[in-house]
Amino acid sequence: MVKNTTKIPENDPLNNPEIVADIDTIINANRYLPGATMVVLNELQNKIGYITEPMQQYVANKLHVPVSQVHGVVSFYSFFTTKPRGKHTIKFCMGTACYVGGTPQLIEKAKQVLGVDVGETTPDGEITLEVCRCVGACSQAPVVVVDDSVHGRVRPNKFPQVIRSIQTKQNQ
Amino acid sequence: MKTVRAMVLVSSDPQSLLNGAEQVYQQLQSEIAAFGLEDEVSLKMVGDIGRHDAVPMVIIYPEAVIYGPVKPEDVHHLVEEHLYKGRVAAELQAPVRELSGRIAWLSARKGTLPAEKRVVLRRAGIIDPTSIEEYIIHDGYSALGTVLGEMQPSQVIDVVKKSGLRGRGGAGFPTGTKWGFVAGTKSEKKYVVCNADESEPGTFKDRLILEGDPHSILEAMAIAGYSVGADEGFIYVRGEYTLAQERLHHAITQAEEMGFLGENIFGTGFNFKIHIHSGAGAYICGEETALIESIEGKPGLPRSRPPFPTTHGLWGKPTLVNNVETLANVPPIIQYGPEWYGTLGTPSSPGTKVYTIMGHVNKTGVIEVPMGITLREVIAIYAGGMKPGSSFKLAQTGGSSGSVIPASLQDTPMDFDAYSRAGVSLGSGALLICDEDTCVVDLGRVLINFFRNESCGKCSPCRIGTQRSYEIMESIANGNAKLEDLQTLINLADSMNEVSNCGLGQTAGTPIRDILKYFRAEVEAHIRLHVCPTGVCEIKIPV
Repeated sequence: MVKNTTKIPENDPLNNPEIVADIDTIINANRYLPGATMVVLNELQNKIGYITEPMQQYVANKLHVPVSQVHGVVSFYSFFTTKPRGKHTIKFCMGTACYVGGTPQLIEKAKQVLGVDVGETTPDGEITLEVCRCVGACSQAPVVVVDDSVHGRVRPNKFPQVIRSIQTKQNQ
Repeated sequence: MKTVRAMVLVSSDPQSLLNGAEQVYQQLQSEIAAFGLEDEVSLKMVGDIGRHDAVPMVIIYPEAVIYGPVKPEDVHHLVEEHLYKGRVAAELQAPVRELSGRIAWLSARKGTLPAEKRVVLRRAGIIDPTSIEEYIIHDGYSALGTVLGEMQPSQVIDVVKKSGLRGRGGAGFPTGTKWGFVAGTKSEKKYVVCNADESEPGTFKDRLILEGDPHSILEAMAIAGYSVGADEGFIYVRGEYTLAQERLHHAITQAEEMGFLGENIFGTGFNFKIHIHSGAGAYICGEETALIESIEGKPGLPRSRPPFPTTHGLWGKPTLVNNVETLANVPPIIQYGPEWYGTLGTPSSPGTKVYTIMGHVNKTGVIEVPMGITLREVIAIYAGGMKPGSSFKLAQTGGSSGSVIPASLQDTPMDFDAYSRAGVSLGSGALLICDEDTCVVDLGRVLINFFRNESCGKCSPCRIGTQRSYEIMESIANGNAKLEDLQTLINLADSMNEVSNCGLGQTAGTPIRDILKYFRAEVEAHIRLHVCPTGVCEIKIPV
């Protein structure tokens, strides 16, 4: 068994016993599945929201696979992140149909409204902007994905409404 | 059993939900109760019904009247008129998709015009996808019954071969032949994999099938499993399709409860179980060997071929990998016979094809038509023509890796062979229609940027070729390129095509090559005159 080689930073989720218990539950539920690495990582990403390097080592040890394999999977697939995101994510579809339909103008508008660039989080930790691949809703281009809901035919002037939809969700 | 006299379906694709489908549904529920009709009328939320021009839509059977867009405040009137008084509320009806009689070529093809014919989408938007009973009423699992009860595995493969079905993922490989390869490989353990990693930008046909008719895929996989001798199947669904995953999980549970999946199906001794594997956002995983690596829990790096997955696939065992749409064609072929299937489409590419239409046209959405329709017909009939004030410049078929089709090829029949003779490819069925305001350099730059990001980096032609191509496209768009660069682009595209390990690299150069073939003058204008004819690219004139 490989020992954890790096020191675990203080703010790492591994320092929180509740999260560690969650991780163990997920690993134990899936460890004997064929191809368990990805299943476990997928669930961790959904549950915790990001997978830090110490977490990757922890998972590799528990599953008895090389850390390189776990890290390979995390860094290969775009779903996995190693840093925490904002409370909400707004993703802009960069599929060809959406691009031709006006995603670039939409991103410009978002930058103006929120004051952050794509890949960044607003200073209050609320909203992260991202671009994503085609979400398969091309007939409604351009498409914006807010958390899990797809918003179609979003014109730059309608973008503030999208942000408002996040705020109303919070107030509920 | 309760008999209902009318069935009310509400569309629930994202766009409908955004426009208040949920409220319409609740309103319908309370209005139907208010009129005391809850025992006679069944109300269902169905998936995407393939039309997005007047959402949310309400369809009422048995008359099959389509209403849309329906607002919550219209519901009282609708229920009173249609369900209570029994007459059609004409003012709420959705606009009819009209066949325009004005167009000259249309009358020339009178009688031979391919009408929309739904085979793989025949239940999507009509049945409740979460109900196995409705699937069974609509002939569901009867093909599996026929196969297990009356046919030998080799007979099933013969039927599929005879039907001439070709893979709908983009390459068009004959499905029966592939099944034959897997069946012919001796092994204790074999797998059937359904490729539902639909990540080609602009393609969403598989999503409609998975969300609207999930049982058809389970049935087809069991048939495939029986034919090739596999007892286990995987559905690799891309991570973005959460609704599809939910519906599939639900469908598998139902099918297992009813004995259509699991041990000793129909008492024939045939076992088949299906797992769902969620992707995690990688375009390359649509490639079959990368997909197999991904199911094994590794990064999706394509394997070298040969050996092909038909002999060494998932965990080294013979594996059949088929696209969702391909599999969805199998039950109807078994049910109605290969001869019937041959009457659809063209002789070399029988059957229907699902196309997703998007871009600068009046009606975007999805259609299923027999193979061999032309692009002009698709735009004029199904897409309702180009947007007012714009004209057709080019179409991009099959997502990013497909071809760029100029206006001169509009009348080529869309089937695998006619397109390959014309030097273009049909791909996955995405049709991005662009008007004259689209700059080909900008389009090419976006496409190659996509490949640059999605290249897995395993083999150098693709890793370096996509990066270099992107740099050149970028410099053309900025007005800094030289004419020799165009030849470099062609050389890069050719070498990527010839020596890349997998389909991604092999097709990455296709759009650029097509652009240089059909729109060279426009590209050269960027270089020689430092002008973007469409005004899209911001060219800074070099001093």
